Amino acid sequence: MLGEPKVGVVIVSHSIKVAEGTADMVRQMVGDAVPLAAVGGNPEGGVGTNVELIHAALQRAWSEAGVAVLVDLGGAETNSEMAIERMPPAQRDRIVICNAPIVEGAIMAATESSGGSPLEVVRHAAEELMAGR
Amino acid sequence: MRQEAALLREARDSAELTNAIGLHARPSVKLTQVAKGFGATIEIATAPDGPWTDAKSLVRIMRIKAAQGETLFVRAHGADAASAVTAVADLIRRNFDED
Repeated sequence: MLGEPKVGVVIVSHSIKVAEGTADMVRQMVGDAVPLAAVGGNPEGGVGTNVELIHAALQRAWSEAGVAVLVDLGGAETNSEMAIERMPPAQRDRIVICNAPIVEGAIMAATESSGGSPLEVVRHAAEELMAGR
Repeated sequence: MRQEAALLREARDSAELTNAIGLHARPSVKLTQVAKGFGATIEIATAPDGPWTDAKSLVRIMRIKAAQGETLFVRAHGADAASAVTAVADLIRRNFDED
């Protein structure tokens, strides 16, 4: 399993502080083995989400194993969908938006990815959070 | 003899949770990551007869909410079951390397 690409994780929040804080938790709890990118706010530094910035984050965390995206509210999801559309067609199919709470989902997804699991298993791990409550 | 071979592929161990906050988030991540390094199925329980929880599922491990002083029982099935239970139980005995 060593050396095989691991699923990347992208954290998209309206607030860069939330996104970076979540990424800090992932790095500290799970480690650095998983490609990780945090993005939030608009280009002016305010609260919001931005397709260009999310697209850049998807490129930073891109992995041949795919990318799991965690989002917070409404616009984060629609802008993430638009950012995914800007990725090359061969990569788009390997990027999924998880239906999971952003902080907990990022930890679950990254832990699953760090063990070498494929994209669908990573997504399921994040989404299982909601199923069992 | 085949039956005996099958029995040999199950392994069990147990260890007391001694870290102050028990099986909370960070230890759960470590336990899951160690478990994922083995091919064997690995399960955790807070009683010797279960109910058993998949040690490779972080979501399920965190739901156990085991506290300090509880004993965690570990069982595994598969070719590397023996080394798997040893690795998981040792991690618990080492306080998840938190001290």
